[in-house]
Amino acid sequence: MTTSPVPVIDVTGLRKRYGRVEALADLTMTVEPGEVFGFLGPNGAGKTTTVKLLLGLARPSGGRGRVLGAPLGDREARRRIGYLPELFRYQPWLRAREVLALHADLMGLPAAGRGRAFDDALELVGLTDRASDSVGGFSKGMQQRLGLGVALVGEPALVVLDEPTSALDPLGRIDVRGILRTARDRGTAVFLNSHLLSEVEQVCDRVAIIDRGRVVAEGPLAAVLGEEETRIRTEGLAPPGLAALQAFEPLRLDGSDLVARELAAERVPELVAALVVLGIRVHGVTSGRESLEQRFLQLVGRDREGAA
Amino acid sequence: MITIARLTIGEAARRRILWVLIALAIVAVAITGWGVDRLVSAARDSGSSPLTIQLGVSQILIFIAFMFSFVLAMTAAFLGSPAIATDIESGIALALLARPIRRSSYLLGRWLGLALVLAAYGAGSGLLAILVVGWVSGYMPPSIWLPLAYVVGQGLVVLALSLLLSTRLPPIGAGAVAVVAFGLAWMAGSIERVGVAIAAGNPGVDLSIIGQLGRVILPTDGLWRGVIYGLEPGVVIAAASGQPLAEANPFFAASPPSAELVAWSVAWAVLVMGAAAISLRRREL
Repeated sequence: MTTSPVPVIDVTGLRKRYGRVEALADLTMTVEPGEVFGFLGPNGAGKTTTVKLLLGLARPSGGRGRVLGAPLGDREARRRIGYLPELFRYQPWLRAREVLALHADLMGLPAAGRGRAFDDALELVGLTDRASDSVGGFSKGMQQRLGLGVALVGEPALVVLDEPTSALDPLGRIDVRGILRTARDRGTAVFLNSHLLSEVEQVCDRVAIIDRGRVVAEGPLAAVLGEEETRIRTEGLAPPGLAALQAFEPLRLDGSDLVARELAAERVPELVAALVVLGIRVHGVTSGRESLEQRFLQLVGRDREGAA
Repeated sequence: MITIARLTIGEAARRRILWVLIALAIVAVAITGWGVDRLVSAARDSGSSPLTIQLGVSQILIFIAFMFSFVLAMTAAFLGSPAIATDIESGIALALLARPIRRSSYLLGRWLGLALVLAAYGAGSGLLAILVVGWVSGYMPPSIWLPLAYVVGQGLVVLALSLLLSTRLPPIGAGAVAVVAFGLAWMAGSIERVGVAIAAGNPGVDLSIIGQLGRVILPTDGLWRGVIYGLEPGVVIAAASGQPLAEANPFFAASPPSAELVAWSVAWAVLVMGAAAISLRRREL
């Protein structure tokens, strides 16, 4: 599949009010073709509202946006979008394969090649053996797998997945990561709405963190996570002791951990030696970027403090 | 729209709604046939004339049609009221309406599928009842197709109302409102007819506005008059027309529904479905 230079999602200043409640305040973001984009936020941040606006299931109160180069909710664009809702439910009287056939009909997929497309989708989500079983007999996890298959059938240009692993066990979550990578390899852009940070961290190329209807951080994962830091687990270090370590600034204390930013790798042993000279006991040293969870808490927590 | 209509009919078949309706129709027709056969036998044994028996059977047939029209209206309400509301509440609508399908097509597909189920059930079981009663009693109404068309028409009107309500109300609420509206429309027509009898002795009394208003708001009672008219023998119409007490009888019709009423019923259903389409289009999912 060829990629288009036009962003698959491009929204500016998108707003949505439900009565007196402002679900989205000012959402601006871009998703490029073929990337896995993680959309993160705490409960009630406006994630599902955003998804519904992108798909034309709800109307924006303001702002503008385009999906696959067309206005929000455009019918022709929806032909090339797959969607797994957070509240996923499929006709319980249909068989798994019939659900795929229904959605293929609605998408207007050509009859030729449908059988192969259904087989591929069912195999991808691990439901090949249950293709002829009624959906009514499926567990929630199996229904969510079917929903993933429905979203991916027909090789859409964009799939929008709203909390796609909420009903899955740990093995199922690992499978989903593989499914997302497969979709990306096929050239499909993935908009992954999730609050499971580890999931996002492992598969997403870029992320946006949203809180109270606004994007508080957006960009490649490495950029959102920020610079590397060195964390030294210590015993006996108090804030006055930091004065003796000015040569290694910027430093901060996080509980009993000493955290150094922008510290070159070759200077880490020097810092440890300085601590030992000061009589501080050192229990461990780790270097790396912040985890997405730490960054998320920092952003959302800072925003909350600012609002308070 | 055709995909959704096919899905709706498939749902009725897979969820055994169709088979339950067919079984109910067979049981109801069997009991009706047996009952009418017993009554006719008893009447013949007591020496009643064939004309008296035919008049009696025609009245029984109208009573049966009355019960059936109510059952059909209830069926329409209980098929139509969850059709949209349940899809929205369960989340099924999210996956469907994110596809390149207009909401109006989804709504019309739902209506078409349910209308076909309802019409097949209404016409099939109604025809079977008329034929069985004719077989055991020898009485065949002057028209078979006209009363069937009117009774199915009533059902389709109630179905359109239920679908409109289903775009905004939960299933039970939508069904309850549709059934109550159907009952009130019948009562408005009955009050109008009683008013005709009272007006014969008191020219100052005119209750016809109640019936007229009722038929504008919900034209089911006007269509019900067509069912009665089609099932009555010509001799009853000739003898009772113009008699105030006969005109007051809710199971007698001196004339078929006017062309205006039939046209209004069609326009009403179209307008209500149009309102349902607007309501669904504006609904945030």
